[in-house]
Amino acid sequence: MIVILLLIPLSIAMAAIFLGGFIWAVRSGQYEDTCTPAMRPLMEEPDAKPDEVPDARQKLQRK
Amino acid sequence: MATLIAIRPGRNGLAETADDPVCPAATGCFHCGAPLRGGVIHSQERAFCCQGCRTVFEILAEHGMTDFYRFGTAAGVRVSNAVKKEEFKYLDDPAVRRQLVDFADDRITRVSFRIPSIHCIACVWLLENLFRLKPGVGHAHVNFPRKEVCITFENSRVTLGELVAFLASLGYEPELKLADLGNQARPRVSRRLWLQLGVAGFAFGNIMLFSISGYLGLDGFSGPALKMLFGWLSFALAVPVIIYSAADYWQAAWRGLRQRMLTIEVPIALGIAALAARSACEVFAGRGTGYFDSLSGLVFFLLCGKLFQQKTWHRLAFDLDYRSFFPLSITRKQNGAEERVSLSQLQVGDRIIIRNGELIPSDARLAAGPAMIDYSFVTGESVPVEKQPGDHLYAGGRQIGGTIEIETLKAVSQSYLTSLWNQQAFRKPRREILDTMINQYSRRFTKAVIAVAVGSALFWWFHDPSRALVSFTSVLIVACPCALALAAPFTLGTAQRVLARRKVFVRNTSVIETLARVDTVVLDKTGTLTAAGAGSVEFDGAPLTADEATWIFSLTRHSTHPCAVRIGEAVAVRAGSVAGEVRSFSEQPGAGMQGVVAGHEVWMGSAAWLASRNVAVDRSAAGVGSVVHLALDGRYRGSYTLPGALRPQTAELVSRLAADCELALLSGDNERERDQFRKLFGPFANLSFNQTPLGKLEFIRDLQKPGKTVMMVGDGLNDAGALQQSDAGVAVVESIGAFSPASDVIMAANMVPRLAEILRFSKTSVRVVRLSIMLSGLYNLVGVSIAARGQLSPVVCAILMPLSSVSVVVFACALTNWFGRRAGLDDTAAGHLNAEAQP
Repeated sequence: MIVILLLIPLSIAMAAIFLGGFIWAVRSGQYEDTCTPAMRPLMEEPDAKPDEVPDARQKLQRK
Repeated sequence: MATLIAIRPGRNGLAETADDPVCPAATGCFHCGAPLRGGVIHSQERAFCCQGCRTVFEILAEHGMTDFYRFGTAAGVRVSNAVKKEEFKYLDDPAVRRQLVDFADDRITRVSFRIPSIHCIACVWLLENLFRLKPGVGHAHVNFPRKEVCITFENSRVTLGELVAFLASLGYEPELKLADLGNQARPRVSRRLWLQLGVAGFAFGNIMLFSISGYLGLDGFSGPALKMLFGWLSFALAVPVIIYSAADYWQAAWRGLRQRMLTIEVPIALGIAALAARSACEVFAGRGTGYFDSLSGLVFFLLCGKLFQQKTWHRLAFDLDYRSFFPLSITRKQNGAEERVSLSQLQVGDRIIIRNGELIPSDARLAAGPAMIDYSFVTGESVPVEKQPGDHLYAGGRQIGGTIEIETLKAVSQSYLTSLWNQQAFRKPRREILDTMINQYSRRFTKAVIAVAVGSALFWWFHDPSRALVSFTSVLIVACPCALALAAPFTLGTAQRVLARRKVFVRNTSVIETLARVDTVVLDKTGTLTAAGAGSVEFDGAPLTADEATWIFSLTRHSTHPCAVRIGEAVAVRAGSVAGEVRSFSEQPGAGMQGVVAGHEVWMGSAAWLASRNVAVDRSAAGVGSVVHLALDGRYRGSYTLPGALRPQTAELVSRLAADCELALLSGDNERERDQFRKLFGPFANLSFNQTPLGKLEFIRDLQKPGKTVMMVGDGLNDAGALQQSDAGVAVVESIGAFSPASDVIMAANMVPRLAEILRFSKTSVRVVRLSIMLSGLYNLVGVSIAARGQLSPVVCAILMPLSSVSVVVFACALTNWFGRRAGLDDTAAGHLNAEAQP
């Protein structure tokens, strides 16, 4: 029965990781637009990447 | 603002998917697919319909982005007018700029635009790869359902005005309305709800794991130490649920109590509190694991219901006012030079230039040019009126025809039309109805529960005092109206979705309850019972060839008769807006007009007039409204039925509505058609014509005085007051996503004939809620009878709570869907209507 002391933290840790992933997904706005991301894989990867213009998203969230 | 973009028709629907049909005509423009006619421009062995399309192609080709055309043949948006850079300079004015951008610092700016012409995957790709076309542009992110793009750019290399001008030159001109100024708060409600739901679900699942040994009676097997550990772990997991996930229920219950109202949240909060307190006591005392599984499950289910209820639709806004209708900028003429300025900078006495299709932003005097002003959206008047220099013009009218100059007399917010928004009805925000059906039940329910709880506590106090507290909390726990609280959200939420499938969008679920109570229906005429705008001009007869359309277009250009103007607008697209020379033109007032175009005699006019010239007129097509007959070279060709014509099935609609409710007609138009509507509505209906926007508001208020529940159905800004004042305001739109004044329901115009079914369906839905409430009451009765005896074990609780909730939800959803199908509001049953709506 002592094995349960190992299994409980493991199971909770795993669930907590999933919860963390969920919170990250919600926070990054993935639940607000469920349509456009589905279209992106159909597009070719562009050769170029945007210039080093920092994304203002982080700052916005605090605003 | 002039519509620089010609969006192809058929794209206005609620495009949720990427497979928007694009029909590439083999002979069409390589960029936009428009049919090629005369003046074809070639570039790199490809044909284009206009200079604008060629330019976009060349920009793309230059940057190696012709992949664009692989996502959809002829996926481009036609750029009909050349975009001048100066046109958007006003956006770089610091005051305007500050109010438009989301974020800005010294180096970068982030801004979101709504771009109506986003229609396919190629658009998304192009906009997200904007950085390859325009140096200085960084990350761009498209939200397709909302048709929004969020762009980051470097201040040192691009200005806001340049960015917008560049987008416009590609065919993606952002929609900039007066309302975009100083209105940056975008609701982010659902994020919090999702997080609360996630936390509750996480706790629910894990606590269940710890509780299973208890359910199966394995406690003895695993030993008391483990049981205590499970109890403490459950407690730890339940704390965030109680504090964070259930936070809204605590607040709502507190608010309800402070207003002395026993809202549904009060018994819910009581139940959660009883569960938490009793479970905590058991855990602290080391007696058991408590009811934390039921607690988190309860919160989880409740939040699911809340999420289901809070369905929102992209691109629909229920609280727009005139500022969303007015453009952000106007062309001002100063010292002989034209400049684009923000509307907020407009001052009384300014000279401004209004082009074809543009809006008059404030009350003004016509300074130059004869004007044809279409007030249909503002006053409900269906026919454009001609104005001469010196005449007074009201804000909101749309100029049709040539360019005019006007001199403003009042500030935008002080104009005749916009002053409607200063009315009392607009002061208070649209009320959140507290007195919903569920709260009425809750009032009786809560009192009964507390009575039973206190009663059983008193009973045990005298018989076995140790069980008094147990039975008291047990009753509160088991009576927690989870199923009751879920009945309304799921029934009305399902009803909301059933209606939305037929393009009837309700603001929130309590609107359906109001719709079910409606006993008086007030209908607007123009745009509601009659189709508004040039789009509804219908031609009866063999389809016209492009040449014939050109002849008709040329002829109508010579007349200012409203019918001619409208027919001209209708055929303009077909004719490619190219007018030929008209010779020997003559017009007989009240009869018709004639002329020779390209050697062909074109006669247009009344049936009698054509008959008098020996044309065999087919009068069978004569519907309701005005009909203009057409003869080419002396032969009858067909007839135009003009706007003002009633929508199909209006007579049926009126008779069906009249069976259940009192009817009234409210029109800003003149009395021309009074007799026709008297016949339609019967001798007793209240018909009012020549109503001002303010008059309409007062008309509704008078109806409400004797306690009637009034539904107003209207479409224009002139109905805004009445829509706001009425109990249920229904805004009719020709295309979903088009501007509609603040309302409770937004409805596609083709659904107007089915209003009676919609009302009946709302009534049925409310009946389903009642049935579901009765079902959940049954569960509560069983639960309470167990609990009052003080025998509620965690297992019983853990079974009863989800069982009652799930069965009530399934019952409610299934029954509502079934009724929806029976009412013909589902896709399958109403398929034929769909076909009608999309010719």
